Amino acid sequence: MRDAFARVLEEEMAQNRRIVLITGDLGFGVLRRIHERFPDRLINAGIAEQGMVSMAAGLASTGRTVLVYSIGNFPVLRPLEQIRNDCVYHKVDVKIVCVGGGFVYGSLGMSHHATEDMAIMRAIPEMICYTPGDPAETEAVTHDMIWRRGTCYLRLGRGGEPKVHEGPVKGWSFPKAITLRGGKDIAILSCGGILTQAVEAAERLAEKGISARVVSFPCLKPLDGDMVRELLGSFRKIITVEEHTIIGGFGGAVCEMAAETGSGCRVKRIGLDDCFTTVVGDRQYLREVYGMDGKAIAEKAEAFLKE
Amino acid sequence: MENYEALVHSGFEGKPDVRDPKTLAWLIRRNGLEMTHLSRGSHIGSVLSVAEIIAVLYTSVLNVDPKEPNKPDRDRLILSKGHAGSAVYAALAETGFFPVEQLKTHYANGSILSGHVSHKGVPGVEVSTGSLGHGLGVGVGMALGAKMDAATWRTYVVLGDGECDEGSVWESALQAAQYRLSRLIAVVDYNHMQSLTTVEDTLKLEPFEQKWKDFGWNAVSVDGHDTEALQKAFAWAKDNAGSRKPSVILAHTVKGKGISFMENNILWHYRTPQGEEYDAALKELEAIRP
Repeated sequence: MRDAFARVLEEEMAQNRRIVLITGDLGFGVLRRIHERFPDRLINAGIAEQGMVSMAAGLASTGRTVLVYSIGNFPVLRPLEQIRNDCVYHKVDVKIVCVGGGFVYGSLGMSHHATEDMAIMRAIPEMICYTPGDPAETEAVTHDMIWRRGTCYLRLGRGGEPKVHEGPVKGWSFPKAITLRGGKDIAILSCGGILTQAVEAAERLAEKGISARVVSFPCLKPLDGDMVRELLGSFRKIITVEEHTIIGGFGGAVCEMAAETGSGCRVKRIGLDDCFTTVVGDRQYLREVYGMDGKAIAEKAEAFLKE
Repeated sequence: MENYEALVHSGFEGKPDVRDPKTLAWLIRRNGLEMTHLSRGSHIGSVLSVAEIIAVLYTSVLNVDPKEPNKPDRDRLILSKGHAGSAVYAALAETGFFPVEQLKTHYANGSILSGHVSHKGVPGVEVSTGSLGHGLGVGVGMALGAKMDAATWRTYVVLGDGECDEGSVWESALQAAQYRLSRLIAVVDYNHMQSLTTVEDTLKLEPFEQKWKDFGWNAVSVDGHDTEALQKAFAWAKDNAGSRKPSVILAHTVKGKGISFMENNILWHYRTPQGEEYDAALKELEAIRP
């Protein structure tokens, strides 16, 4: 995802001289080509995220689109007030890019587990939140984000992730959810890089004769309400999956809509419970420990259907 | 209130000369007193300390035009100590950006003139602040944008001394020096008091001038109530464009300046002037009318 993002950004920067990238002293390898091609438009803010985001707001006010790049919680939690007050409130074209949403930096420990960012970013009024599920979705939403006015948040995974979509996502329009697989017994709604696990869960369920629809939401906010309402109307049970706390993020957003529509469809949220991680490990290991890998999702879906 | 403007301008023959920094500073004090009185608002002490700084900026320094508040080559002013917002509102209204009459709505239900300075719907205000430690960073971004465009306009940021407790101020100070933003000019309203007690007894800033120099800035200290000294300091800061460093003016001021019982009295960070205190304050201001 990280590489797809960098590729699209490089392409857009070549077309538009008013695009500037600010990094919080990270992204050495990923941003190398951008640094070589556009040295005047790649600014290193140092390890100073609050100053970085305020600076981005001021720079954007001079008629620029400014992307702010860092990893995990760094571009979100530390400069949260700068995002809210200086960027979103002033309606400037600042794009906050987080590489390493969820357990991407799993071995590095709790500080590097970005597991509340979606809930927090979603709560800011007028904030747009992109949550692509694979490199193809990343390409589509990055183009959209760069051309969209206002402050946006982009939550990426890392480099070298498997593709879920076979080719590019063609004809995607903001903020549409994408059905990857048809099904009639249960729907698995996925948000972000956990998409591979949602698809694997559907495959496992199919082996047991359970037909699961898989829908990816590359945009958390605004949420594709038409799709959510359609799913709530078509299924008796749906599952939400996110590499994130189950409080206030994607599952929370779907539940808010479910409660308001009163469809009678039950929602089960899969993600991190109200706890900090207590062990470290690679991304897939932590997904297994915290019950959000493909196998665990399939088992939870099966049990949920029996309830 | 029948006519707010007539009230604050009473005693002047005709319209006050708002091009004169001493007159504008007095009007900032007079409006600040009236606005905090009417609204039962706070922060009058900070408004009184920053009055000359804001007055000199609007009379002698800033390239801004009330008829075209968004002209592209205007200088940008950010009031980072947003709680002194009524000083900027008063300066803008008195210099023609919006009607003086509108100042009476400050703090009121439904008003756009919030207690901390706000840009939404208020001509001449660039940035909304209120939470301290944001303005210098936004100013760094503006000055960087101007530099990238090879534009000649400048960015001015007015900070509080207590505000310099915020770590973000020093992140932005490092960044401004790193990017050689010589058209970024900061002014600290150094009134030596903050919310609960003195700066000295809270988090010491001294040696303050040296700190800024150590962070890579040109720095100078002046009497922040002396309009001629402030004019000279701004001229010095503008002349520093070739130094490839940002510049800061440490303007030594007195919190509550101009009203004896408010001067250096921490009470007036929050207290609102009412009753006999309002009358006494008004009388003192009348005595120093230019």
